[in-house]
Amino acid sequence: MADADNLIRPARPKPWNDPRIRAAAFQVLAVAVVAWIGYSLFQNTINNMASRGISTGFGFLNESAGFGIIMSLVEYNETMTYGRTFVVGIANTLLVSGLGIIFATLVGFIVGIARLSSNWLVAKVSLAYIEIFRNIPLLLQIFFWYFAVLGALPGPRQAVNIADAAFMSNRGIVIPKPVFEPGAWMMVAALGVALIGTFFTARWARRRQAATGQIFPVLPIALVAIPGLPVLAYFIAGGPVGWDIPALGGFNFQGGITAIPELGALLLALTLYTATFIAEIVRSGIVSVSEGQTEAAEALGLPARRILRLVVIPQALRVIVPPLTSQYLNLTKNSSLAVAIGYPDLVNVFMGTTLNQTGQAVEIVAMTMAVYLVISLAISLLMNIYNRAVALEER
Amino acid sequence: MSVHKASPDLPAPIVNRGLIGWLRENLFSTWYNSIITLGLGYLLLSWLIPLINWAFIDAVFLGAGPESCVANAACWVFIEQRLGFFIYGFYPEAMRWRPNLVFILFALTVIPQFLPTPAKLRKWLALFGISGLPIAAYIFISGGHFGLESVATSKWGGLMLTLILAYVGILAALPIGVALALGRRSDMPIIRGICVIFIEFWRAVPLITILFMASVMLPLFLPDGVTFDKLMRALVGIVFFQSAYMAEVVRGGLQAIPKGQYEAAEALGLGYWRRMRLIILPQALKIVIPGIANTVISLFKDTTLVLIIGLFDILGAVKSTLSDPAWDNVMAEGYLFVAFCFWVFCFGMSRYSHRLEKSLETGHRN
Repeated sequence: MADADNLIRPARPKPWNDPRIRAAAFQVLAVAVVAWIGYSLFQNTINNMASRGISTGFGFLNESAGFGIIMSLVEYNETMTYGRTFVVGIANTLLVSGLGIIFATLVGFIVGIARLSSNWLVAKVSLAYIEIFRNIPLLLQIFFWYFAVLGALPGPRQAVNIADAAFMSNRGIVIPKPVFEPGAWMMVAALGVALIGTFFTARWARRRQAATGQIFPVLPIALVAIPGLPVLAYFIAGGPVGWDIPALGGFNFQGGITAIPELGALLLALTLYTATFIAEIVRSGIVSVSEGQTEAAEALGLPARRILRLVVIPQALRVIVPPLTSQYLNLTKNSSLAVAIGYPDLVNVFMGTTLNQTGQAVEIVAMTMAVYLVISLAISLLMNIYNRAVALEER
Repeated sequence: MSVHKASPDLPAPIVNRGLIGWLRENLFSTWYNSIITLGLGYLLLSWLIPLINWAFIDAVFLGAGPESCVANAACWVFIEQRLGFFIYGFYPEAMRWRPNLVFILFALTVIPQFLPTPAKLRKWLALFGISGLPIAAYIFISGGHFGLESVATSKWGGLMLTLILAYVGILAALPIGVALALGRRSDMPIIRGICVIFIEFWRAVPLITILFMASVMLPLFLPDGVTFDKLMRALVGIVFFQSAYMAEVVRGGLQAIPKGQYEAAEALGLGYWRRMRLIILPQALKIVIPGIANTVISLFKDTTLVLIIGLFDILGAVKSTLSDPAWDNVMAEGYLFVAFCFWVFCFGMSRYSHRLEKSLETGHRN
């Protein structure tokens, strides 16, 4: 009887050999270690801050900053608070990352497709571009564009003149600024009409194709209508848009929109660096669509452009989107290298100048990191939504 | 009876073979390809010819100083004259044989890995590379033992510092990354939670903020009297940052191993560590070689960021000499030199990872 029992139920292992007890013990130990590290860090920080006379709390955000920022999208001057510098920094970071993402995606897709071109020269030039720019540190590229290229441009008086309207000098690039006069609403309305019209035409064309098989040329019509209608409205309304053309006054240009060289260099470097990674992602995505798909589409009699648009790209996007997301995240985080050339992004303004002036390292570093955390999560979320839209719908 | 005899095949038309055929097929296949080829070729030539002229043909390679340089031509004399600073930073000139010795050891360890040497030798050299070499490097470069005069880390710089940061960073980040990845795949919820938070935190913030934190806040975190020097603080930041990325790469490999492998290893009665060491990790790490190589390359490039917290790596060393008024505008030369150094290392590493991938390919696909 006892023997049979032993056969069915093996003897309980010794406590120190029981996986469940061991797992519990390890976890208790881990919690204890983490808690101890956290506690001692906290205590050390409190002690150190007390002994160095560093004040704590977020009260400093309401104090006057007293330093200027060379570029800000929101209204800012020296009398405003440290809290305001935080907002200015976030806006500038978002500006450079947003523009960088747009340009890097454009360049990356073009180069990635060019890499697969049947034209030998195009394919090799793309390959050379990718291999050169990918293997050089981004910081070095930023320095190169900022100091060696944009810094070497002539001063405002000898600025490179582009058709008497735009000027490139070592103070940045100045372009004319549109001034909207009453009546400009007609152009906006025309653009809206064109967009809505295109949307409904596309829907109608899709339905008609499904019903009758006839194809309606939506794309050429859209390409004419979307820029065409606002231009038409411009002439009908009698030219309601004026241009504020920059002119040399004193030591710099007055009027127009100025892009400071820091922004230009940072954007150029971020775009050219990230585009190499995007190009490789795009290439591998297109290559991953099996040959059979293209052949089957050819057998159906689809022309080459439609094969690319209807068969290859939708399947390639499934492979492309997840790594593309992490490139967007990288670009956003890399925009913090702005601090090296003095573009006033969040790290430069808030973690640099504000931190130096107030000395409240813990609060400021935590706030800065929280912003990047939120931006990262937001980009991940958006791209996950998009990814779900292009993902394979399996039965 | 006459037998039909086939006449020999005619060669393909001249326009379909040889150079002309290749040109027709690859450069001028359609009218728009021809336009693209001609346009791009023109742009390339109009840009490359002046560049080659500037960098090689008109350039001054040897000379006594700034006066031997000419306008509109590269002045490589600048690089040549400052090479010592670019490689060693402020390391005392009389003691530069010590880093040189380490460089030689490093080269002896690394170069056979690229050559068709016996596998056994390569294995021993690799083992030396992760154990003996760092210790020897520390003893020689830092000094202070065995009668060698001590050299403070604030004097280290240039390419030497870049290589030290990258090498130590990789050596520390890989095992920590593997441990974090295993923790993230663990059955124990608390261990898993700690690892997830650790990994996601470091991955969400830019390296710059981490380096700032390491240089500004680390002294606040430590008890009184405990101090790290600047180099050590930067290293801690880089290692934590890269180990999080490494962990995600390794996790990809762990997830790609079929469940049957885990179950079979358990069925053999192997404990957790043996299961991982003998069955899972060898397969997982092999799958993720490209990912590990990419992380290593990005770590190498990221070492340049230490110049922002005031360390003189190769980029910092070159940048600090560019403002020397004695030299008239050598900016492009300086940056191109650094770019070339990084390019050689990064391109070499990516080629090596391709080779490793091929040599470990067993034709076995999961």
